[in-house]
Amino acid sequence: MSAILDGLRDFFQPVIDLQSEFVSAFGETLFLAGSGLVVGGFLGLVIGTALYVTRAGGIAPNAFASFVLNVLVNFFRPIPFILLAVALQPFSRAIGVDGIGTGHAVVAIIFGSAFGIGRIVEQNLVSVDPGVLEAARAMGASRWQVIRTVLLPEALGPLILGFTFAMVAIVDMTAVVGTIGAGGLGQLALTEGYRQYESVVTWTAVVIVILIVQAGQFAGNALARKVLRR
Amino acid sequence: MAIIELENVSVTFPPRNRRGEPVNAVQDVSLSVKAGEIVGIVGYSGAGKSTLLRVVNALERATEGRVVVDGVDITRLRERDLNEVRRTIGMIFQQFNLFTSRTVYGNVAYPLEVAGRSKTEQRERVSELLRFVGLFDKALAYPEQLSGGQKQRVGIARALAAGPSILLADEATSALDPETTVEVLDLLKRVNTELGVTVLVITHEMEVVKTIADRIVVMEEGGIVESGSAFEIFSAPRHAATRRFVRTIVDDVPQEHELEQLRRRHPGRLVTLSFKEDAATQSQVFAEIVRAGIELELVYGGLEDVRGRSFGHLTLELRGDTAAVDAVVARVGELVPLTDLGTGEGGVAR
Ligand SMILES: Nc1ncnc2c1ncn2[C@@H]1O[C@H](COP(=O)(O)OP(=O)(O)OP(=O)(O)O)[C@@H](O)[C@H]1O
Ligand SMILES: [Mg+2]
Repeated sequence: MSAILDGLRDFFQPVIDLQSEFVSAFGETLFLAGSGLVVGGFLGLVIGTALYVTRAGGIAPNAFASFVLNVLVNFFRPIPFILLAVALQPFSRAIGVDGIGTGHAVVAIIFGSAFGIGRIVEQNLVSVDPGVLEAARAMGASRWQVIRTVLLPEALGPLILGFTFAMVAIVDMTAVVGTIGAGGLGQLALTEGYRQYESVVTWTAVVIVILIVQAGQFAGNALARKVLRR
Repeated sequence: MAIIELENVSVTFPPRNRRGEPVNAVQDVSLSVKAGEIVGIVGYSGAGKSTLLRVVNALERATEGRVVVDGVDITRLRERDLNEVRRTIGMIFQQFNLFTSRTVYGNVAYPLEVAGRSKTEQRERVSELLRFVGLFDKALAYPEQLSGGQKQRVGIARALAAGPSILLADEATSALDPETTVEVLDLLKRVNTELGVTVLVITHEMEVVKTIADRIVVMEEGGIVESGSAFEIFSAPRHAATRRFVRTIVDDVPQEHELEQLRRRHPGRLVTLSFKEDAATQSQVFAEIVRAGIELELVYGGLEDVRGRSFGHLTLELRGDTAAVDAVVARVGELVPLTDLGTGEGGVAR
C-alpha cells in the first residue's frame, strides 16, 4: 500500500517541487484569460454591434463605416495568433507597454479576442427577429435605446454562448503567449515541462487548463440556459 | 377632423441591385382618416398595404407627398421629433413581435420606459392595461407561455401603453384561428369605442373588415382603387378587385361552375336579385311574383349584415308560363337590381 503511495509521490515529485510556481501560473492564466474575456469581450461587443447596425438595412445603415469595420476585422481575424502576438510588439511599445512579458501579452490577447468576438457578436445579433426591433422603433425608441434595451437583451442567450465559445479560444491564446514570456500555465509547461523533459509537469499544466475550460463552459451553458429559460 | 391626412403619397424603394428596377410600393395615395374611425385597408399580397401603414408612423418615409398626423406634418420631421410622434401612434403586428427577453409586464411597460415615465406610473398604467385586455394574471409570464390570441392582446396592451390616439394593425389577426380572431377584433373595437382610438387595420381577410371597419379602402399595385363605407363596399363593390374580395364572403351572382350545378337541379328561369335595406323591400318583390301566379324557389345567395345594415343577393328559380315569367322579370327589374341568368336551354345570356 505505502509502496504504491511512495511510487505516486515519486512520480509527481517534479510537480510538488513546482507547487508555488503552479499556483502563480494558474493565477496568471486566469488574469490573461480574464482580461481577454472582459476587455476584449467588451471591445468585441462594440465592434460586433457596430458591424450589425451599420449593415445595409440595419438600424443605422452606414456603408462607409460598415466597409471600414469589415476590412479591419477581415484583416486581423485570420492572422494566426502567434504571429499577431509578435507583430503587435511595436504597437505595445508605442502605447508604453514592454514588448515582452505579461503587459504585451495582455495587449495581444485583447486585440486578438476583440476582433474574433466581434464577428461572433455580429452573428448572434443577426439571429434577433427584426420585427421586434421594428416594434421598438414604432414605440418611439431611439436607435440607441433600441440597441441597448432590445437588441442586446434579446440576443443575450446566444451572446453568452458565443462568449463561452470565445473563452476556449482565449485560453488557447494565454498558452501561446507563454512563448513570449507572459507567464501562465503555458509558459510553465514549456519551460519546466517540455524543456526539462518532465512530461508529468507538462501534463499537469494541460489538465489544469482543461479544467479551467470545462468550468468556463459549464458556467456559460448554465447562464445561457437560465437566460433562455430552457 | 382628420387625424391622418395623406396627400399624394408615394414610396419608392431603390433597386435591389444595379440592374434592378426601383419598386413603386405606394403610388400617389391620398387618404384622409377622421378621428375615431376604424378604417380597413384590404389588398392582395404586394399591394403596398404595409408600406402605406408604415408611412403613417414614418417607419417608412414618403418619397413624395405629405403625411400629416394630428396636425403635424411628419414628412420632413427630424428623427428625434419623430420619436415623440411615434409615441402617439401604437402599432401591432401579425407575428406579435413581443420582446422574448421580457415578461408580459415588461413588454407592456416598455413604451413607458422609453418615454421616461416613473416606475410608479409604469406600474399603475401596466396594471390598468393588463386588466383592460384581460391578462392581469399573466403579468409575470413570458411570451412563449402564451397562446397566439393572448400574445396579440399583450401586443395591443403594449401598443396602448403610451396612450396613443392612433392604432395601426398590420394583419393583426392573420396568424390566429377564427375564434381567436373574433376575440381580438372585439378587443380592437373596444379600443376604438371605449378609448376613442382611431384604428387603421390592414388585412386580406374580408371577414375582418366586415366585422369592424367603418370605412374600407381597397389597394392594388400601390394605389387606392376604391374606398367607401363598409356598407357601400360590401353591398355595391365597383372595382374588379373589390368584387373579388367581397365575393370571398358574400355570394352574389352565381359563378360559371356554380350556375352549371344549379341548372342541373333547377331547369326554370334563374334570376339574381340584389337587395339593400334602403331600396325596395323583399315583400314588394315577392308579392309581385306571387300575384302573377309564378312558382318561386330560393336557390342561391343570402342576406348579409354589415354594421347593422343589411343587404344581399338572392338567386330565384321562377317556374310558370314563359310569357308570364318574362313579364314578372321585367316588373321586378324595375324594383331592384336584377341579373337575368335565363333558363338552361338557350336562356337569355347575361
Ligand atoms: N424594404 C423594401 N425594399 C424594397 N422593396 C420593398 C420593401 N418593402 C416592401 N417592398 C416591396 O413593395 C411592395 C409592397 O410591399 P408591402 O409589404 O407594402 O405589401 P403588402 O400589401 O403589405 O403585402 P403583404 O400582404 O404580402 O404583406 C412589394 O412589391 C414589396 O416587394
Ligand atoms: Mg404586409
